[in-house]
Formats: sequence, structure tokens, C-alpha cells
Amino acid sequence: MPQIFHPSMNTISRLTIFGAVFMISALGWLLLTVVRSPYVTNVGVVREQPVPFSHKHHASEAGIDCRYCHTSVEFSSFAGIPPTQTCMNCHSQIWSQSPMLEPVRASFRDGKPLAWNRVHDLPDYVYFDHSIHVAKGVACMTCHGEVDQMPLIYRAASLHMEWCLGCHRHPDEHIGPRDAVFATSAQLAQMSAGESRDRLAADYHVQSKTNCSTCHR
Amino acid sequence: MGACGQNHLGYPQLDIVEAEQSCGPSGNSPMWRSLDELAGDPRVMALARREFPSLLDRLVDAPSRREFLRLMGASLALAGLEGCIRQPEEKIVPYVRAPEQIIPGKPLYYATAMTHGGASLGLLVESQMGRPVKVEGNPLHPAVPEVMSKANDATKSSLRFGATDAFAQAIVLSLYDPDRSQTVIHAGQIDTWESFYTQLRERLEKDTTTGGAGLRVLSEAVISPTLVDQIEALLKRFPGAKWHQYEPINEDAAIAGARLAFGASIVPSYDLAQADVILSLDADFLVDGPQRLVDGRAFAERRKVGGANAGSMNRLYMVETGRTQTGAVADHRLAVGPREVIQFTWAIAAAFGLQSAKSRFSEVIGVSQSWIDVVVGDLRKSRGRSVVLAGRMQPPVVHALAHWLNQALGNIGTTVTYRDPIVARAELNSESMRELTEGVRAGEVSTLIMLGGNPAYNAPAELKFGEVLAGVPFTVHLSEYVDETSAQCGWHIPAAHLLESWSDTRAADSTASIVQPLIAPLYGGKTSHELVAALLGDPDAKSHDLVRGYWERWHQRRGASDSFDAIWRTALHDGVVAGTQMPPVIRTLRPDIANALEHELDAINELPNAELQIAFRPDPSVWDGRFANNGWLQELPRPFSKLTWNNAVLVSPATAAEHSLKSGDVVEIVISSGSVKLPVVVVPGHPRQTVTVHIGYGRTAAGRIGNSVGVNIYPLRTSDAPWFAGIDRLKKTGTRVNLATTQHHHLLEGRNLIRTGTLAEFVAAPQHPKFMDVDEDTNPQESLYPQREWAGYQWGMVVNQSACFGCNACVVACQAENNVPIVGADQVSRGREMHWLRIDNYYDGSPDDPETYHQPMLCMHCEMAPCEVVCPVAATTHSDEGLNEMTYNRCVGTRYCSNNCPYKVRRFNFFDYNAELRENATMQLRPNPDVTVRSRGVMEKCTYCVQRINEARITTEKQDRTIHDGEIVTACQAACPAEALTFGNLNEATSAVAQLAKSSLNYSVLGELNTRPRTTHLAVVRNPNPALRHTSDESTT
Repeated sequence: MPQIFHPSMNTISRLTIFGAVFMISALGWLLLTVVRSPYVTNVGVVREQPVPFSHKHHASEAGIDCRYCHTSVEFSSFAGIPPTQTCMNCHSQIWSQSPMLEPVRASFRDGKPLAWNRVHDLPDYVYFDHSIHVAKGVACMTCHGEVDQMPLIYRAASLHMEWCLGCHRHPDEHIGPRDAVFATSAQLAQMSAGESRDRLAADYHVQSKTNCSTCHR
Repeated sequence: MGACGQNHLGYPQLDIVEAEQSCGPSGNSPMWRSLDELAGDPRVMALARREFPSLLDRLVDAPSRREFLRLMGASLALAGLEGCIRQPEEKIVPYVRAPEQIIPGKPLYYATAMTHGGASLGLLVESQMGRPVKVEGNPLHPAVPEVMSKANDATKSSLRFGATDAFAQAIVLSLYDPDRSQTVIHAGQIDTWESFYTQLRERLEKDTTTGGAGLRVLSEAVISPTLVDQIEALLKRFPGAKWHQYEPINEDAAIAGARLAFGASIVPSYDLAQADVILSLDADFLVDGPQRLVDGRAFAERRKVGGANAGSMNRLYMVETGRTQTGAVADHRLAVGPREVIQFTWAIAAAFGLQSAKSRFSEVIGVSQSWIDVVVGDLRKSRGRSVVLAGRMQPPVVHALAHWLNQALGNIGTTVTYRDPIVARAELNSESMRELTEGVRAGEVSTLIMLGGNPAYNAPAELKFGEVLAGVPFTVHLSEYVDETSAQCGWHIPAAHLLESWSDTRAADSTASIVQPLIAPLYGGKTSHELVAALLGDPDAKSHDLVRGYWERWHQRRGASDSFDAIWRTALHDGVVAGTQMPPVIRTLRPDIANALEHELDAINELPNAELQIAFRPDPSVWDGRFANNGWLQELPRPFSKLTWNNAVLVSPATAAEHSLKSGDVVEIVISSGSVKLPVVVVPGHPRQTVTVHIGYGRTAAGRIGNSVGVNIYPLRTSDAPWFAGIDRLKKTGTRVNLATTQHHHLLEGRNLIRTGTLAEFVAAPQHPKFMDVDEDTNPQESLYPQREWAGYQWGMVVNQSACFGCNACVVACQAENNVPIVGADQVSRGREMHWLRIDNYYDGSPDDPETYHQPMLCMHCEMAPCEVVCPVAATTHSDEGLNEMTYNRCVGTRYCSNNCPYKVRRFNFFDYNAELRENATMQLRPNPDVTVRSRGVMEKCTYCVQRINEARITTEKQDRTIHDGEIVTACQAACPAEALTFGNLNEATSAVAQLAKSSLNYSVLGELNTRPRTTHLAVVRNPNPALRHTSDESTT
């Protein structure tokens, strides 16, 4: 009876076994790379908006405080998206004829709200609270990036759980003085980096919160 | 197994005789939860031990290997796909002009009031960006006791909650009910308010010529001052018109009783805090009545022993014709028939010297003389510090005798005060309804306006009101649903829900509350005020203006100098209108009362005396049927029967044995007014002289939830016999139905889960009562698990089982707060109910007259939690604040945790019970946004309302302070009228919960397992009279 397998099969089978280990690891690596890629996380991806609003222009060049529009950031879980009226406070006077602002004027005229495309969006099972982070000295830019340098807003961080935990495990490395929470990058550059983060962490009673129920409930 | 009779679950049904035999007379038998368990039928036990009984059926037909692979392949592929889907893109939509005060993510609370059970209940409703999502009690309202009041006083807390009941908790679900009426309907066709008004005006113009002789208004009991004012204006405009009031669950007997005793329709109110001895004559005063919550609190406070409270415990004697929650917590309970209640009351009155009582009842049938002597002796000792209450089902003579007894005992002015009734016209509902029907039959009625109510469904049977309605040329029905009555009417007008309406109402002491809306009417509903305004010629009037107008006139009449605007705003904010409370009235009994009572008694004696009587009781969940389309209430396990989604005949074990009935057997009951077929539930401790049926079921036009649930009892209920009727024949039909009860779902396994003792035993050794010693070693033992340091906040709860009277408010409150879905009758019968909190009943003694105990059971948040170690994906973990956390997004649904939980408090989503939320835009508004809506395949359980803990932690961290005691109240704790639940920081020595945890009555359920639960229980302490030992052969003859 002739043998069923050619001797070369020995080599092939060894290759297959070792290859499988390699292939599986490669697949795992690929998966993780995809999951962490901007394709999934949307980091650095600009989404089209009804009005091409420039944070760079308003926050940096015009010097408007974050809280002028994001009014509830210090009080509520939600930072707040300004009502059309907030836009019209200025734009009924300046650039009042600009075609770029027509959707804003239309919204104000018809009473129909502007529907922005959400850039920073956490899954529904995550309960994030802006107010406590701001109160503990976590600056806007720590999570949102240099918004004052973004003509069009995009996501600066992945918002993955590992990213959240990176800070929650070592919060003292990411906090700053409370009066610099809303500072622009230019202001930050001028500020002295004098105060030690450890001091601040003690003063603000910053704790590492890694219980599941801190965010999931 | 087929031979012994079983439902489709495979629960063999027990023979009642077996149960009695196995109990034995020794009285030393362990406690039991259901009759089947008591009998110890091995088949039942084997099945009940399975956590999910229905899995057995599923596994009978094992899928073929090929099918298995196919299914697995498909699910694996889907699982893979799901993980690859990118997060969906979402819109964010701000306001155009932001409304004042609304901060997205922050709730607002508005005070309003609900009218139920004859008086108002003050509510604080939580609004999340304009959506009402949760109801709490308003502690500024006189009928609402405050929760954690001592702690709140100490910390000057600004947001204070009060207790509520199950009905109040459930109204948010009714608000978003997609089955509610959405449009005006004329003769079955969609129509408009404008065309309604056009026709109404024509009709009224005709009526004006006759002075409105053909105009009738039928309402439910009207308490709203504005509505009374409007109806009076209407009667002035149409002098010939008549106004009738009807509610199927009414105070007719109480009114007639007061007239009998005082010659006036005055209403008693009680101060149970001052009462040492309470004699309840079939009065379920803890869950029924205008003051139920404050009465419940006052009663419960006197049941809490330990510390300074050792000697102040009250004693409750209950004489009852069925099983009530009040009866279950009584120190002595006498289960009798309606006749015996009268005889017993008369015997007590005779002992206190009611003249002319003669020797009519020298021997009270069914009640031993020793019982009467003991009650008389106790009442005599507590003159001025006792109360005698009579229930709404008892005839006027019992109410009159209760008034007489309270006077004879010197209670009037101390524990009992009288007030004028708050209902606009204290009239006999049944007579008012009869008068209306006779008018219609005589052809006198040309226009009938019905403000709410559902008389075609619930009017006394002999009136045949549904048929009579057709004889009225112009009928209008204002109703939240297109119900049985609407179907018979020419016009149906959709009514606005309570949370959409401006109105006003009064508490039992006349304190007025403004009802303010939380949301604009979802379906364009109208209020009674707007309909009556249309009758008065103003179809465009707004309820807000009508109500405000009324109170502005009231303010002007008072001649006070302060601005009305300030008063109005204060009234809206506080939920009560200051200065509307009325003082008690003082009246003396009629001098000829003895003769009047004799006369009444003669009439009663002439009634046929059937051996077995049927008792029609208000349903603890759907009341008179009005809540039939509310899923939360339908799925709420009814007290004692633990039945959901159905009504049944509750019978005593003796009756069951006599007719060889088992739970689930369908019987036919024939009484003089008709017959009905209903399944039987055997209830331990039910009186053998009666069977109980609950009204409010068998709706045909309630909506998708409430239609054809249970059997309609109203066709049996006549004006002459509204509460009791003699049974001519009770016959077993031979058919059986599967009842969706939760009674079997979690068994005792012979363990002492509940500890009980008497006050005497407690006083003898307050530091270490003897009854706290049980066989098991419950001291913390060495553990194999790593020990943890418990620093900082350590959350815990103590359940005071002496205070709990099983009202179910906590169960619905939990459901509302935590987005707990309803699952339906079929799923409940498979053991898949989702309630995070349940109230278990335990019985001790013979099935005929057992002691009954309530045990609220929720996640125990064990320090050594058995569920955590078996989770393969770490979805359930322990927080450093002592919470046993459940992370839904991590759960893969192995159900190992539930398997390993000794308390059986974990619930699994077998199906996507919340699917409707995705499809129905209205339903989407309901869930609490602070809690995840769980999907299929996920385990869930009590979290100690972690969303409230987090909220308080964030608030206090921002203020650089620690959380005060009382600052966090869990949803169940906030709802509890008895304050039986206390939550807080165990590490704070002065906190209420830490104090209770140190009590000598405190124990851990299943402490011997060394799970170290954070939720601990206080043993039940009762205060029986030593002269009356509790044995079944002494209490009944």
C-alpha cells in the first residue's frame, strides 16, 4: 500500500502549526490596530457640520471663554451645546448677512434647532460627568485636545475605556490648577508651571476611581 | 406526574389535607412560604429548587447535532459582526431659545397632587428635560410622611422626599401609555373639539328653554374646589340640571354610619401615634384610606423597638373578613365572616355598656368569649389612648358602633377627631347612581355629561347602566381611554393625564393642593375643568386660568393684603395652599343612637345568612379597574396570593379541603345576582366563612395591557350587596389554569430566614433577646477570600421587618427608578419576573390561622459575595464602597452568578423586554436617563440606586464636603411609608443605618454562609397579649 502523505507533508504540517500561532497573533494585532485606528475611534476625523463653526476663531482669536457656550459644564454631567440664541447674540450684529450663517438665522427664524453631528460621543452605558472633572482640575484640553487651535472640531482622544482608565488610575498626572481649566493653549504657555501636581491632587481631594459603578450603572 | 394534576410548568398541586397533616399541632414546625412547601411534596420541592423551572421543558427535546452547530455558527458569526460595527453617528440638537431653569442632565422637581382613595396625595415629580420620569412624595403635604426627617433636620437638607404608594409610583407609566385616547370620537369616527362644541352648543340651547331639565352631569367623587365651583355655576345656569357622583369603591357605608351615629356626614381621622391599643374592624387602614401613608407611618413608628422605644409598642387587634396587609401585621387576628364582625362589634359595645344591647349576642358565633374579654380588657386599660376603626366594607352599623366605642373609650379628641367631608357632596354613591339610571329610564335625560369614571363597566349590576346609556340622545364621556363607557357614548373626549393637567384637590383635613402639569398634553387631552367650561359657553378656556382664577377669587374673599402672585407661586412650589386647612368639628352622638342601632341590626338580621359569603374587595394593584392598563401594577405580585396578571377566588384552606380544591382549579360561584367562573388560590389564614374576589379585572376596552386580564366581577355586584353576598353554590368545574404567581419561585429550604419574637421576650433581655439565638452560627468566620479594608463610605441598608406591612410601594418605586421591564404573565409563570426587590411572605403555624411575616428581599451586597467569584468576565465586582456592582455592558449572560446567589435576587433578561422602547416614540420618553436600559442576555439586580449615590458623591465633592446622612435615599426607601428601609454609610457611627445595624434585633439573612451581607434585617417583634395565647383552637370555636 502506498503511503498516503508525501514526506514533504512533515515540513508543511510543522510550518502550519507554527504558522498558525503566528497567524493568530497577527490577526489579533490587526484587530487591535483596527480598533484603535481612527477608522473606528474617529480621532482626528472632522465631521461635516451644518455650519462650519471654528473653535479656533471663537476661542482663540475672539477670546471667548468655553463657558460662554458650554454653560452647564460646571454644574451638570453634560457640558451643554449652545442654543441658536447664543449664536445670535453676536451674529445679529456682526456677520449678520454672511451666507455661511444662513442655517443659524433660519433656525432662529423658524424655531427649528440646528442638528450638529456629535463628535465626542460615549456609548450609552457610560455615564460621564463633566462637572466633577472640571471641579477636580481636569482642563478641557486634557481630553478635548487643543480645541482653540482647531478650525473644525475633531476628536483628540480615542475615548476608549483604556484611555479613561489611564487617567483614573493615576489622576494626579493629569490635573492642573482649577483656574487654568478653561485656559487656551496661549494662556497656558504663559502660566508658570510652579504648582506641583501632588499638592493639587491633595488640595482637590483627587482620588483614583476605578470602580465599575463610577461610570457604568 | 400527570395524575396528580399539574400546570404546564410541572408544579404538581398540593392536596390541602396533606399540608395540614404535615404541619401538626405542635407549633414547633419551621416557617413556610407556600402551602406546597409546607406539605413538602418532593415533586414540588424538586421542581421549585430549579432556579428557572421552565428550562426543563426546553431541554426535553435536545436539538440535533446538526441544528446545534448551525445555531452556534450563526450566533458566533453574529457575535463577531456585532463587535466590528462602528459606533453609530449621532446628532446633538440644542434648543433654539433655551428655557429658563432647565440644565441638561439635571432633574427638576415639581410639586403636584394625585387624588386617590377619597383625598389627595402630595407628589414631587422628577422632570428630566421636560419628561416626568419618577414620582416621590411631597413631605410638605399633610397626607405624606417625610423620609429621613431627623437626618434632614440635622443637615438642613433642601431636597426632602416623602413616602408614596404603589399607585402614585405607577402614574408615570400611565402617562406614556400609547393606548391612551388620542382624539375626540363621535359615533365611532374621529372628530374635533370644535365640532363637538358646535353640537354641544346646539344641544344646550335646546336645554336652556327647559332650564336644563334634561341635563345630567355624572362625575366621580369631586374634591377639586375649582371643579365644584364650576359645576355649581353650571347648576345655577341650568336650574333643572342634576349632578350625580359615582365611584364603585366608595365611602357609602362610612357616610351612612356617621349619619347614624351623629346625624351628620362627618369623617373620622386618627392619630395612631397616640394609640396604644388599636381595634380594627375589617379596616385595612395601612393601605386604604385618605390618610393611609401618615397612618401607616404613625403605626410603624410604634412597632419599631430597640433603644429608647422598648416599652412604647402598640397592640393591634384585627377582626377581618379576608386577608389584608393590616391583618398580616396584627398582634392578634380574628379571621371571620361579615356577620361575625357585626356580632363581635356589638359584643364589645355591650361590654362597654351600650344600653338596649340586650343579650342579643350573648354568644358570638365563631368567636371565643376569651377573645372578646381580652380585647375589652385591653381597651378598658387604654381609655383615651385607643382607637376603634371600621373598614369601608363594613355596614353602617359597624361604623356607628365604632364611633360609639371611641366616644365610650374617651378617644374622641385624643386619638380620633372628626372633620367635615372634603368631597363636594357627601352623598351615597349607589343612590345617586340609581337616581340617575331611573331618570334615564323615565326618559327625563336628554344630555348626559360624564366627567371621567367608567360606569358602563363598574356601575351596580342591577342598573344595567351600559344598556341604559343608549337611551340618552346626547352623551359625552371624558376619559383617558376609549373604554367600555366611551364605546356606548355619542361623544368621547380624550382626558388629559394627571401629569398633564392643571387642577386642584384637597387632603383629608381640607388642605388644598394645586395640581400642576409636568408636560403639555401628549395627545391633546382636555381636563374636566375645560369640559365644564365648554358647557358654560367657553370652549377655549384653559385649565390654568380656571384654577388660578378660582384661587384668586378665594384670595380676594379672604381680604388678605399680600399679593396673590406670591401666594400662587408659593402654593405651586410647596404643593399646598397655606391657610386652607379646616379645624376638626366637634359633635356628640345622637341621643337615640341605641335605638337607631337596634333598628339597623334588625334589618341586618333579616338578611339571608349564607354559610359561605363572597367578598368583593378593591384590588391592591388595579383598584377599581382604572389602573388595568398599567403593566407595572399588573405585574406586581398581589399580597398573599403573589398572583400577577389575573384575579382569582382566594379561599381558605378549610374551604379548599371541603371542595377538594387546589390553587389553579377553576370554580363556578353562583350567587343571586349571577355566576362567575374563576381560578382558585388557596390562601393560608383566609377566613373560612368567606371567599375573596378582587374587582377591576375582565376589562374589554382597557388597552393592550389590561384587556381580558382576569374576570369581571362587577356583573355580580349590586347596590344592595356591594361588598358581601351569600354564595348559593360553589362548584369545581374540573378545568385548571396556570396562574402566574411568584410564590414558588424562591424557597426556604428549611432555613431560618426570618426571626421573630415578642415584645415581652425583647424587654426581658433587650441587649440579647433569646429569640435571636438560632442554631446557625452567624458570627463572621474565617474566610478563604482575601480580607479587605473597609474605609471611607461603606453603604449598607437595614430592613425593619417589624415596620414593613407589605404595601408594595417599594417594588414599583424600584421598577420606575431602575427601568425594570415588565415581562408578561407567561414569563412570570416561568419564573422570569424582573423585580429587583420582592416582598416574601413567611407563615408560621397552621394554615388556617398562621402568623404572617413580610420580608423585603433585595440584593444583599455581600462583602463576601458568592456571585462575584464565579463570573468569568468580571462583570460583577465589588466596589471599594462596599457595593456589589453589576456592569451590564460586560455581562455575557452565563447566569453563573444567579446560580451562586443564595438570596436569589439576580434577574436575567431572557428576552429583549425593552424592545418596545425602540419602536414607540412615546414609550421612549419614560425611562430614567440615569440608568442603563438593559438588553437581552444580561443579568441585572439591585444596585442600591448607585446613580443616586454617584450624584450625591459628585455634588458633595464639588462642595468639598462629605455626604450627609439622609442625603442619599434609595428609590425603595423614599417610597416606603413605614420607613422600614434605611440606607446610609455604615462607617459613620451616627448615621441612622449604623445605629440600626448595631441593634440587638439585627441579623444577617443566611449569615451562616459567611456572605456578610450589607443589607441586614431586624427581627420581627410582635406584641401579643399574654392573656391570649396564639393557638388556632383558642381563637376560633
